[in-house]
Amino acid sequence: MGRMKFMIGGLLIVAAVIYLIFSSTQANAQYFLTIRELQDKGQALVGKDVRVSGAVVGDSIQYDPQSLTLNFTVAYVPGDNNEITKMGGLAKVLHDAVQDKSLPRLEVAYHGVKPDLLKDEAQAIMTGKMGADGTFEANELLLKCPTKYEEAVPNQVQK
Amino acid sequence: MIPIFGYGVLILTFVVALYGIGAAVYGALYAQKDAAAWVESSRRAMLLTFPLITIAVLAVIYLLTTGHYEVQYVYSVTSSTMPAYLKATALWGGQAGSLLFWSWLMSAFAAAVTLRKWQRDLEFLPWVIVVSLVTLAFFLGLIIFVKGQVSFERFWQLADGSNTASVFQPAGSTLLVPPDGNGLNPLLRHPGMIIHPPMLYLGFVSFVIPFAFAIASLITGRTDDRWIRVTRRWTLVAWLFLSLGLVLGMWWAYDVLGWGGYWGWDPVEIAALMPWLTGTAFLHSVMIQEKRGLFKRWNMVLIVLTYALVIFGTFLTRSGVLSSVHAFSQSAIGPLFFAFIGITFAVSLGLLLYRWNDLRSEGQMTSLLSRESLFLVNNLLFIGVLVVCFWGVIFPLISELFTGQKVTVGPLFYLRATGPLFAGLLFLMGVAPLSAWTHSTYKTLGRAAWKPALVSLLALAAIFLLGVRSWIALLGFWLVALAVCLTLYEYGREVYSRHKSTDEGLPLAFWRLTGRNRRRYGGFIIHLSMAIMALGIIGIQVFQTSTQGTLLPGDTLELSGYTITFKDLAVFDAADGHNVGRAVLQITRGGQALGELYPRRDYYYDSQQPVTIPGVRSTFEDDLYVVLVDWQASGVTFKVFHNPLVLWLWTGALLFTLGMLVAAWPDRETETERRPAVGRVMVKA
Repeated sequence: MGRMKFMIGGLLIVAAVIYLIFSSTQANAQYFLTIRELQDKGQALVGKDVRVSGAVVGDSIQYDPQSLTLNFTVAYVPGDNNEITKMGGLAKVLHDAVQDKSLPRLEVAYHGVKPDLLKDEAQAIMTGKMGADGTFEANELLLKCPTKYEEAVPNQVQK
Repeated sequence: MIPIFGYGVLILTFVVALYGIGAAVYGALYAQKDAAAWVESSRRAMLLTFPLITIAVLAVIYLLTTGHYEVQYVYSVTSSTMPAYLKATALWGGQAGSLLFWSWLMSAFAAAVTLRKWQRDLEFLPWVIVVSLVTLAFFLGLIIFVKGQVSFERFWQLADGSNTASVFQPAGSTLLVPPDGNGLNPLLRHPGMIIHPPMLYLGFVSFVIPFAFAIASLITGRTDDRWIRVTRRWTLVAWLFLSLGLVLGMWWAYDVLGWGGYWGWDPVEIAALMPWLTGTAFLHSVMIQEKRGLFKRWNMVLIVLTYALVIFGTFLTRSGVLSSVHAFSQSAIGPLFFAFIGITFAVSLGLLLYRWNDLRSEGQMTSLLSRESLFLVNNLLFIGVLVVCFWGVIFPLISELFTGQKVTVGPLFYLRATGPLFAGLLFLMGVAPLSAWTHSTYKTLGRAAWKPALVSLLALAAIFLLGVRSWIALLGFWLVALAVCLTLYEYGREVYSRHKSTDEGLPLAFWRLTGRNRRRYGGFIIHLSMAIMALGIIGIQVFQTSTQGTLLPGDTLELSGYTITFKDLAVFDAADGHNVGRAVLQITRGGQALGELYPRRDYYYDSQQPVTIPGVRSTFEDDLYVVLVDWQASGVTFKVFHNPLVLWLWTGALLFTLGMLVAAWPDRETETERRPAVGRVMVKA
């Protein structure tokens, strides 16, 4: 039947797409972890490509523009959105994470231009590898775009 | 006063929309002799929503431009240091305002649809109204009832000293008026960022109209191509806006964010890309239904997917479900969006299944290389890219669901998986216009294509001789050359043939021929633009180089043959509350002076936000892109990118806008009068 060749052609394309998806996923999948999960897994993840998110501790930012080396510390932020909403929303969670010194923290090292959005209480998403010494070597650094942090209620009062 | 007034008008708009839905359904299904009156009433209701919501929008703009900081939204996106036009466009700068803006656009298009001539399509009218108003009502519901999404909420201080925000005054509270606002993040105060959201939303919202007609067609059983003819221009215009919206986003990223790139495969970028993929497939596939009565089911599936993806795209930027640099704050609207998409998708699918047999093709495809068959491959490839994108975006959620561990994929995944598919599409774009309807063989296609194909191979050889060795670049450049050669050849051949058979000179023949079949030749122009954009993408993707260094005045950096000499740095405070650092760099190449660049690093005091503005020298050959990173006593640090061929990306976008003007320009006779010249092969069951 004439339909056969179209079916075969179509199936070939579908098969190609499925192959492309699976091989590319395998080649590129990264665990997306919280700091706690990353540190718990410990040695198992040294050298593996992972993605971590955390709240930037503003005081810890050290930047040498000449060598373009950036070091900073991030504080633990939960990964589950529901948990974040229960705790009062992302802005509050980030603020609390930076204030609470008992939460797990992670040292991050990055080579490159310091992103404009890197500041205190920003949410950072880093992709890279865990070093043997416990420092995270980031090769990609994403900072969340700022219109999220619309100040809920201002502090100033005017009568 | 104004906030309460504006809120009241929004509620009124919502009520009118609900009434319109009810009246349309009643008129279509239940009314007996006054059915037409009910439907006419619902049409008027849909028309009425537009002036009403415009009043609400004007109220918000008024509040924004007059510094009413007691209104939460005004506080969050404006400040006294912003110029008036930025305060007005801050309407779409934050979440709540952008949802209001989306609703306003939806209402505008719904109103425009009511004003068309409906005599021939009266049975569609109630259902087009229902679909448009249901969509509008959903968004209105969000901005009226969901706390935090209402643009008119104001700050109150309660008796116990705590602060809250709501539209109406809580008992025992006083109005809290901050002296100034937070201001829009400076990164967003860029012309690209001002037009990008409206353009994108225009694209999203315009696709609702063809969807509404498709649903009307399914409900009424009028499943011929009437709904496609009627919405043809809507689809073209929707495609144009969505494409421009995407390109503007790319341009903004390139111009402002200073990482030397234009697309990061961020989930929100992909969220806007996905409806573009199905929309482009739809735009092509409907031609086959018009010409040959095939692909009726495909077209329904494609437009249903486009609508779902439009709402899904809006949802992804709002609900915080995915980690993305763009994601707006998480809030209660996530589950609401999810429910709306779920319900509308289920209903659409249900209707499609109900009419499945009525959507049988009116003919058969017999030849693998025929125009119809190649369009089928086109559909499959676009859907393939869509599936890749959807998978990449959904994967973290699925992996978390099944393994408890969130796993993501990065840009490399998308490049690897979509690369071959885009290459296929590029190839098809050049070849398909040359294939014949119904019947085409390798021989006939070969005969039509061998001359331009040969020229493309010569171009490939030239590129190889120039030293290009990357096989990806060689393949990519060859495909671009092939598409350009085939399209120009076909266009030229047809112009020449008209010139020969009439007494028109070549330019006149070109003009007249293009005017006679605007869709075809507009399409050619757009295909050329796509090939040109591909050229820019390959250039920057494969050949980008960069370097960095810290310089004192007089020092130089070298990159790809360019010498960049640092001359001077000026640091000063500008008028509207920000600090400017401006460097002066001299560019030379091969000893020849090429001018100066002025990269800047601004710092906004009120939001403590630095903004990097690169200095860029753009030619069709390449871009030299310099970022001012920092300055210390020991020197000034620069990062330099060399981006070959990027200018073609923006040029291509300008060209496709022109092409779309050609394709969508109204004909003197209405297209509904014109019957297709090519006959259909009617195969009766």
